[in-house]
Amino acid sequence: MTQTTHDHVASLVGSFDPADFVVPTGREEQWRFTPLRRTGGLVDGTAVSGAGISLTVEAPEGVTTQHVDSSDAQAVLLGAPTDRAAALAINRAESTTVVTIAADAQLDEPVWIKCVGSDATTAAFAHVVIDVKPFAQATIVIDRTGSTHISDVVDVKVGDGAHVTIVSLQDWAADTVHLGHQRHLVGRDASVKSVIITLGGSLVRLVPTVAYDAPGGSAEMFGLFFAGNGQHLEHRLFVDHAVPNCTSRVTYKGALQGTEAQPSHSVWIGDVLIRAAAVGTDTYEINRNLVLTDFARADSVPNLEIETGEVAGAGHASATGRFDDEQLFYLQTRGIPAEEARRLVVRGFFHEILQQIGIEQLQARLVARVEAELEGHGV
Amino acid sequence: MSILEVRDLHVSVDADGESRQILRGVDLTVKAGETHAIMGPNGSGKSTLAYSIAGHPKYTVESGSITLDGADVLAMSVDERARAGMFLAMQYPVEIPGVSVSNFLRTAATAIRGEAPKLRTWVKEVRETMEQLAMDPSFAERNVNEGFSGGEKKRHEILQMELLKPKIALLDEIDSGLDVDALRYVSEGVNRLAATGETGLLLITHYTRILKYIQPDFVHVFVDGVIAASGGKDLADELEASGYEKYQKSGSSA
Repeated sequence: MTQTTHDHVASLVGSFDPADFVVPTGREEQWRFTPLRRTGGLVDGTAVSGAGISLTVEAPEGVTTQHVDSSDAQAVLLGAPTDRAAALAINRAESTTVVTIAADAQLDEPVWIKCVGSDATTAAFAHVVIDVKPFAQATIVIDRTGSTHISDVVDVKVGDGAHVTIVSLQDWAADTVHLGHQRHLVGRDASVKSVIITLGGSLVRLVPTVAYDAPGGSAEMFGLFFAGNGQHLEHRLFVDHAVPNCTSRVTYKGALQGTEAQPSHSVWIGDVLIRAAAVGTDTYEINRNLVLTDFARADSVPNLEIETGEVAGAGHASATGRFDDEQLFYLQTRGIPAEEARRLVVRGFFHEILQQIGIEQLQARLVARVEAELEGHGV
Repeated sequence: MSILEVRDLHVSVDADGESRQILRGVDLTVKAGETHAIMGPNGSGKSTLAYSIAGHPKYTVESGSITLDGADVLAMSVDERARAGMFLAMQYPVEIPGVSVSNFLRTAATAIRGEAPKLRTWVKEVRETMEQLAMDPSFAERNVNEGFSGGEKKRHEILQMELLKPKIALLDEIDSGLDVDALRYVSEGVNRLAATGETGLLLITHYTRILKYIQPDFVHVFVDGVIAASGGKDLADELEASGYEKYQKSGSSA
């Protein structure tokens, strides 16, 4: 029998103690796609900690940054993790970085959290808590570059009436292994827009989750990944609707290219649970994957579980394929040569997500990054 | 003066591994300045004719010829046909996520005209054409056909047609799904192009409704993959009154 969303997510009990979780074997629903042997001890906990990353926060006025013990009340703002890797990340992080955005603050500059890896031979663990106080408006960029083996947890609390855009960028070097959790807790009438862009790294496995603290919350989750050259890029989303009248939109797009020697693999899991109490929920999730070459595999699994009859809307879609011939035909009937039509379609495919970022300078950098990837493969 | 000539065209389509004959010998001549209406019941193959002329890869031309001003259209790729002067307005225009209308229009105009249009005159040209079609300027910044209503999609097709100024325009059910206002704007666009005398129009339609707005010079009844009858505007009036039955019966007994 197929395991449902509810069975494998909601029944999990949270704990800050990694020992409360069994070491996964790879047969578990949560881990079945992940090449555990490539995780370098980040999951079983055998990894030796080093000084492989530097984490800095650049923020405008209205933002404070502190480093606290992982048992501090500010560090446990979002409660216990329900995953061994996340528990380990919090447990073994030297400290928890707490970024607080003051109530009513309207930041005109983004907060940049720069995570730079410098050593892929030892492990790094990190825990960041972003506490957005009520009615604040902020954009936060988590910019990850360099070589490292890292497991991290980013917790985002969106206070009542606050509006947050959080862009997390995985622009890692080719040898990086990154296991990450990004948890969002959305307050009353608050909104969060998450844009997750994963381009670099050998193995990247991210778990973005959304929970709602009170009615009226909204979450928009955008994602873009480009898997090539033997990369394993995995995004497992979980949106937990447990209170009434909240909305969620999940839009993830991926492109893949591989070679016989270096096949690439992407995984997208979209779990959405609408609990009995969550009447008036409006949710839609979609994943599109563009397979550019042979030797590329995309797994795409939307799971929608509904426990109430009174939803405003609930749907999902998933499609993985080569170029859409009808799009190419349409462009060609306008005189655009086949090659140029393909370029337009692929760039458009990426642009749809990149245009969500809203930070010109970052957008330009990513367009250039994607362009370089495509050029390298003659697309 | 451009001329499109279709001669004894036989076309099949692959469906579930089986080849199915759709067009069974179509003869048609469309000259610049003429407006032809092709009318027929669902499944008669009239849309297949448009897509075959445009070069959709789904259709296989078994025999016959298509020429534009004497040049062999069947030997051309889809984009070459467009650059030779052919335009297809689709019944269901395709969404292209992440590509803005303005980028799309300029790329198409550059391809068709052989050089990038001068920015200043181009912007004006697009704006004026959009105004005539009652399209909001913000339309240009939206992604191609994404989230467009039925009427917006068809107006966008006509916008492209007016900007690209084809020698031959094939309009596949341009009237389907339009409310009266949208139908009027679309028809006005078609009539503006027809009035130049530079374009031959082939209007494919299921209903006679649009012929209240666009006057055809020729009407063809399309049944079972062939043109069963041709005539003037009065033929459309007859179809309006008595339907396709007469032609379907004679088609099946032949």
